[in-house]
Amino acid sequence: MAEPLIQARGLVKRFGDFTAVDGIDLEVAPGEAFGFLGPNGAGKSSTMRMISCVSMPSAGELRILGRDPRVEGPAIRARLGVCPQLDNLDPDLNVRENLTTYARYFGLSRAQARAKAEELLEFAQLTEKASSLVEPLSGGMKRRLTIARAMVNDPDLVLLDEPTTGLDPQARHLLWERLFRLKQRGVTLVLTTHYMDEAEQLCDRLVVMDRGRIVAEGSPRQLIEAYSSPEVVELRFGLDELAGLVPLLQGVGERVDPLPDRLLLYAKDGDAAVNEVHRRGLTPSSVLVRRSSLEDVFLHLTGRTLVD
Amino acid sequence: MMSVAVARRLVRSLDQGVSPRRVGAVVNRNVGALRSGASYWLVLLSGFFEPLLYLLSIGVGVGALVGEIPLGDGRVISYAVFVAPAMLAASAMNGALAETTFNFFFKMKYAKTFEAILATPVRPFEVALGELSWAMIRSAFYTAAFLVVMVVFDLAEPWWALAAFPATLLVGLAFGAVGMAASTFMRGWQDFDLLTAAQFSLFLFSGTFSPVGAYPPVLEAVVAATPLFHAVELVRGLALGQVGWGLLGHAAYLVVMVAAGLWLAARRIQRVLCA
Repeated sequence: MAEPLIQARGLVKRFGDFTAVDGIDLEVAPGEAFGFLGPNGAGKSSTMRMISCVSMPSAGELRILGRDPRVEGPAIRARLGVCPQLDNLDPDLNVRENLTTYARYFGLSRAQARAKAEELLEFAQLTEKASSLVEPLSGGMKRRLTIARAMVNDPDLVLLDEPTTGLDPQARHLLWERLFRLKQRGVTLVLTTHYMDEAEQLCDRLVVMDRGRIVAEGSPRQLIEAYSSPEVVELRFGLDELAGLVPLLQGVGERVDPLPDRLLLYAKDGDAAVNEVHRRGLTPSSVLVRRSSLEDVFLHLTGRTLVD
Repeated sequence: MMSVAVARRLVRSLDQGVSPRRVGAVVNRNVGALRSGASYWLVLLSGFFEPLLYLLSIGVGVGALVGEIPLGDGRVISYAVFVAPAMLAASAMNGALAETTFNFFFKMKYAKTFEAILATPVRPFEVALGELSWAMIRSAFYTAAFLVVMVVFDLAEPWWALAAFPATLLVGLAFGAVGMAASTFMRGWQDFDLLTAAQFSLFLFSGTFSPVGAYPPVLEAVVAATPLFHAVELVRGLALGQVGWGLLGHAAYLVVMVAAGLWLAARRIQRVLCA
């Protein structure tokens, strides 16, 4: 295997008394699409800021592109593309200038910057908006511009912090499609998300983070197989107290999880489990059989749902 | 010696490798922003006219009542000739401060401009240096235009005006650097009232409108400790052709301001944005 682009051992980030990242190990190989999945405050963004060589680790080892961020920050950042959680596009510049100006920070000449900007405008489908200021753009367009901006230096590693948070479904799908193209070109992607569907769509491999630690690691499929069942039955009863029903469902499927509004029944065969529920004389007001998802994995690992 | 310690730290920052190209890219961003909107040009224009209006109203208007002022070397000058170099120094200060306070603060706190820049190879010290260079350029436009006015109105000899120009660059750098450092501590726009008040007090009492020798000794000592006084003395000395060793002392004061301001600003950018 080629040398990993990211290598972390016992990585820690503290802010005063608060430990945001509490000793994590990870490795990301070239060409991989790697994800951090977890709720807000899990330590994903702090980890990303350390990987992007902006924030220095409080403890532990970190090597990015085989180099030490403490010593070679500028040289590493020259080969990274960073798309932050909140767009920080330049409001005083138009769309094209946002790209050309940014390219100059990486040492591109004026002519190189202009050529690169044209290419990226096309990639981000913003050619028609090239002379517009940033402010009037839609959320999806701004995000695409931020991602395009992260590509001005042809980075070896692209870091995306919650790339689609706050976007409408159509804009999300367009963005995923663009990111998928990058992946096909062999660009290594590292992203954070609290959306399961995003992780399943984009990531070859991911880690689940909770309270500053990594609680599970694998491909989306592996995680679902290891921590959930192939199918999940969602039962709603129109009652307040769902926990009382749990004993009645003992033995149906592999596990029962009562949530505030519904019961989750983990089973190999969802339809068989539903039949068993009815045979026991229970009459749920609604029944949904679905494939298991990363949301279930997360619930199982932490006892909490991802998006509160 | 504090200044030596500061200088040593500054050298250490420089040691980590300052790339002129990256500093230039930070300046380039500001040139781009200048092109994008008409509002910026309005601000620039008003910054030029302000000291000019003071010169006309006080230098010429009040000057007619004041009469002539004797210089130490036996020469006697009109009040307008006395006030003009002070307005020049103030214009250098105002031009640089406008850039490194209001504009800098907006970019650091609200537009997240520096956050975006720091994700690239550009380092905090290079951001500070680029912003300061740009502030000096703005300040230089004001002072160059003002010097032309002084020569045209016969308030300074052309060669001495030319000699005063580099001094105004130093004044711009000094106030720009200290203003930038102060901006990194600002919590919100309300804090700028303090800055504006300080700036205006300096403008009134730094030997700008009357020789500081006219103050009581205690007040004179206080004024002699403040920065615009040294800027005015340096610029006036050159503009009036009164060159002496004392000018070096005033210049040294300003150089320390540049070094300390830059170092502190860079350190604060690092603290606040690279936590």
